[in-house]
This record gives sequence, structure tokens and C-alpha cells, in this order.
Amino acid sequence: MLNVALPKGRLGEKVYAMFEAAGFECPSIKENNRKLIFENEEAGVRYFWVKPSDVAIYVERGAADIGVAGKDILLEYEPDVYELFDLDIGKCRMAVAAKKDFRDDPQKTLRVATKFSNIARNYYASLGRDIDIIHLNGSIEIAPILGLSDVIVDIVETGTTLKENDLAVQETIVPISARLIANKTSYKFKSEPIEAILRSLSNMAKEQK
Amino acid sequence: MSIEESVLKNDERILFRLRALYRAHGYTQYKMSKFEEYDLYARNKDFLVSDNVITFTDTNGKLMALKPDVTLSIIKNSKDGAGVRKVYYSENVYRVSGTSRAYREIMQTGLECVGEIDDYAITEVLMLAASSLARISPDYVLDISHLDIVSAVIDDLNVDGEARKALLAAVGEKNLHEIAELAQKAGAPAEKTEVLRRLVMLQGAPSTVIPTLQKLLQGKRALDAVNRLSRIVTALCKSGCGEKLRIDFSVINDMSYYNGIVFKGFVNGVPTGVLSGGQYDRLMRKMGKKSDAIGFAVYLDQLERLYEDGAKFDVDAVLLYDKDTDLDTLMQTVEGLTATGESVTAQRAIPEKMRYKRLLRLTESGVKVLEENA
Repeated sequence: MLNVALPKGRLGEKVYAMFEAAGFECPSIKENNRKLIFENEEAGVRYFWVKPSDVAIYVERGAADIGVAGKDILLEYEPDVYELFDLDIGKCRMAVAAKKDFRDDPQKTLRVATKFSNIARNYYASLGRDIDIIHLNGSIEIAPILGLSDVIVDIVETGTTLKENDLAVQETIVPISARLIANKTSYKFKSEPIEAILRSLSNMAKEQK
Repeated sequence: MSIEESVLKNDERILFRLRALYRAHGYTQYKMSKFEEYDLYARNKDFLVSDNVITFTDTNGKLMALKPDVTLSIIKNSKDGAGVRKVYYSENVYRVSGTSRAYREIMQTGLECVGEIDDYAITEVLMLAASSLARISPDYVLDISHLDIVSAVIDDLNVDGEARKALLAAVGEKNLHEIAELAQKAGAPAEKTEVLRRLVMLQGAPSTVIPTLQKLLQGKRALDAVNRLSRIVTALCKSGCGEKLRIDFSVINDMSYYNGIVFKGFVNGVPTGVLSGGQYDRLMRKMGKKSDAIGFAVYLDQLERLYEDGAKFDVDAVLLYDKDTDLDTLMQTVEGLTATGESVTAQRAIPEKMRYKRLLRLTESGVKVLEENA
């Protein structure tokens, strides 16, 4: 039985559709109920919905053999897993944003508000910039407006939220998309189904191109 | 003295089996103190699995550390000389564990070979690594890689230090899309990138991988490495652990310390690798030693969850008595019950939350069974 952790929400549904097309369907998942685990014994696969930021934890600790997580989560938590495939969906970017008229004063320590402390720290360390990290759990955009921080490091999809709050992207740190990850031990002992999924996904990607 | 294996916890049982194995191959135990001067670790930070070390100031003002690693101490005390020094150890080490990000005491055992490391020494260490895994579980895999091959292929890409580091990390993740992206960004030639991608994709039994490698690779350095790898795995296959060996180039140990053969062991049921090792001549040079070295460590803390031993009961029998019970009779009854191999706890009342197989009461007419749980 192959355990697959899917991120709850729209992205997860898209991912499931890809897995279904790859031959790992599980019809019961489409029933509208509150169940979290769905199994198809025939196909030898079990899906479960988890919070998107937790997928990497389930996979790293082996509760799930494979899973789909955003590159943002992988960069932030740096789990010890194999990153096997870029699904090329859920695309966005990790960016630095600030008020439109923001001027970066290199004499001052830069105050950075973010949910992604690790990514922000690594990025500014690579620039050699001294920063003060302010870890927030949501509504990051209001931090610069209220003067809590100079800039924010956050995911930008369309930029609408930023625009509506008079913020603008200053710098793109890294492009983000959903990735197929696998637990290292599972990859050794369940290599057949994992590689079958991998093959189907990459064939589908080739066809689309 | 005979020790009944059943009283041992799983990690202890495995530890005993491993000790017997290492001893049988002429490895002597290396016992060391719990502390080491912090300076040793500060100088070789990147060699450690995590660079957090618990430190304290000793009475003489020296900054000391609770050992986060054993290998460095062994090397520090090794002397260059004739022959190969073979030692094993089983020690507790203190370091931040990967997933919990907090300090933990980790039971670690392993062995080190220091001296002139030839094909035999490497083969023996790999055989012992495979045998160690087999003693943990019959369902295991030993992944073997040769860093000279990976590094020769990456050198061919002709990229700068930063990109090289990122590429190595991507190789460790089997991250093919990132390899392509990074190589393109660094301006590496496409056909050389393809060699690296194919190298990462190449995994499996030595008998299928080695011939493919010989076709895929060019250059003396890479081919020499393939030949050595081939000689060693062929010998290993003949010694009987061939089925469980896999060539996998995603085994990446830090190249500033390791070189040559590196390997990692996995056991079905444990989510992270349980064994890790390789040749570390570069670390030896850094520490001013002329000898070469190879070794591995087994992480026993991971094994706790491997066996469902189904211990549903705290004790086999609870023997109830009261204040009027005769002390001699009680003592004799307990003796009698334990002699049959049952575990017994004598109590005046049933302790809260205790799970037992049988509930007994000692009465004047003898032992009465009050309750039996399957």
C-alpha cells in the first residue's frame, strides 16, 4: 500500500486529478464528506489530506511514502527527502515586497516580516545583509503599512493583494511550484509504485509540452 | 553468565549482536570519556551531523563539549603507523536530531579503520555494514556510491563553487529538474549536464549499473573509480550480501571530509537511514594525519519503533494480599510464581492503569485466580 499525502485545498485536488490520470484512482475521494483518509486496495494506494505545510513532515517521518508540497515549504523546512519531480502547478514566487516608495537604506538593519524565516534568513545571508526577522503567521502585508517592518518576504501569486495594499514586489527570491517528494526509505522499499507514478507524471508533462 | 535475550530492549539486543560481529572480525572496543574539548568540534564543524554542541566550562576554565560525535575523537588519538587499526565503539552522543530540532541523547555504535586502506579493508567494512543491517532486519538495503565519480562528472560541468554546492545538494535529493535548471544557469554544456542527470537516475543492482557506468563515463579519474567500485562490489556479491546492495549516487557525504566509497543503510520500517559511512581521507589530512580511514556509524535511536513487540501487559500477574497474609507464605508464593518464568508484582491493591494477564489473590487456602486476560 502506497501512502500519499496530499495538500488540502485547490492544489491538492489538481494533484489528485494528475494521480488519477496516472492510473492511481480512488473514487471514494470525490464523495463529499469529512473523511480524511481514502483507500483503493485494488490500485494499492491510500490518499490523505493534510495541511499543505505539514506534507513534508508526514513524508520525512515516513507516515506518507510520497507527497506533494510547494517548493516554499521545502526551502523553509529543509526536510530530508527526495525531491523527484516538478509538477509545474501551483506556480508562484517567493518575493521581497515593500511599500511602493520604499528606499532601502543600507546603513540600517533591515526589518523583515515573514512566515518564511528560514528562506528570508538564507536569502539575506547570501547578500551579506544584516536583518531583523519578525516572524508572523498571517496578514503579512500589513506589517510594512503599520511600520512594523521595512519589507516582507512572502509568496506572490498574482500580486493583487500587494497592489490593493499599495505594496510592490522589490525582488524575486525564487520561483515556486508544487513538487513530488518521497521518503528516502520508502523509495528503496516501494520503488515500483513510486517509479510508476513518476513515469506517468513525466509522460503527461511531456505530452502537454 | 548467560543473559536471556528477552529481557533486553531491542536496541540493546542489536547492540550486543553488533558487538559480537565486530569482535569476531578483530575490532577492539574504543572507550572514551563523555567530554571532549570544544575546540575539536569548532575546527571541524561541517563534519558533524548538526553543528549544535552542548558546551560547558570545566573547573579549569576550559570550554568542554558533550560528545556530539565519536569519529573525531578516534582520529585525534590515532597514530600513523604500520598496519590498520580497527576499532569499534558504542557510545551515547548528544546532538540536535533532525526532525525535532532539539538536543537528544543518541545511542550510536560503529567502527573505524585507520591506516593503509586497500580494497580488502573497504570490502570488509562494507561487508560489516551489510551484516550490521542484516542483524537489525532481514529487509534492508545498502546504498553505495563513489564520490570520485560524482565529483568527476560535476567537475566536467566547469561551474563555480556556489553552483557546485547547489548541484551536489540536488544530486542528494535526486532532484533532476533542479540539476537541469542550475546547470543551465551556470552555463554548463548540455551534454555534460545530461551525463550528470543520467548518473543520478542510474540506481539499482551493481550487476546492471556497473556496465552502464562504464559506457556512460569518460576520463581516467571516473573510470578508475568505477573499476574500484566494480572490484569491491563483485567481491561483496560473492560473499553473499549481493542482493541487498544498490549503487545509488544520491548518497552524498560532505566532500570536504569524505572521498571515495560512501554508503548509507536503510531498513524497511525506519523512515530515515540507520547506517552511514564512507572513506574520509580528507578529514584525516585536515587533522594532520597521513593515514587513510574508513568507517561507519549505526544510529540505534531510530530502531525503537521498528519492532511491534506487542507488549500489551505491564506484568504477567498481580498477586493480591492483605494485612493478615503471612509474610513467609507470601514470599514463597512470589518465589514460586517467578520460578515459572512469570513476572509477578505483589500488591495490596491493584495499581492504577496497570495492565496484567492474571489477577491472583493469596488466601489461606492458596492462590485463587480472580481474573484472566488474553
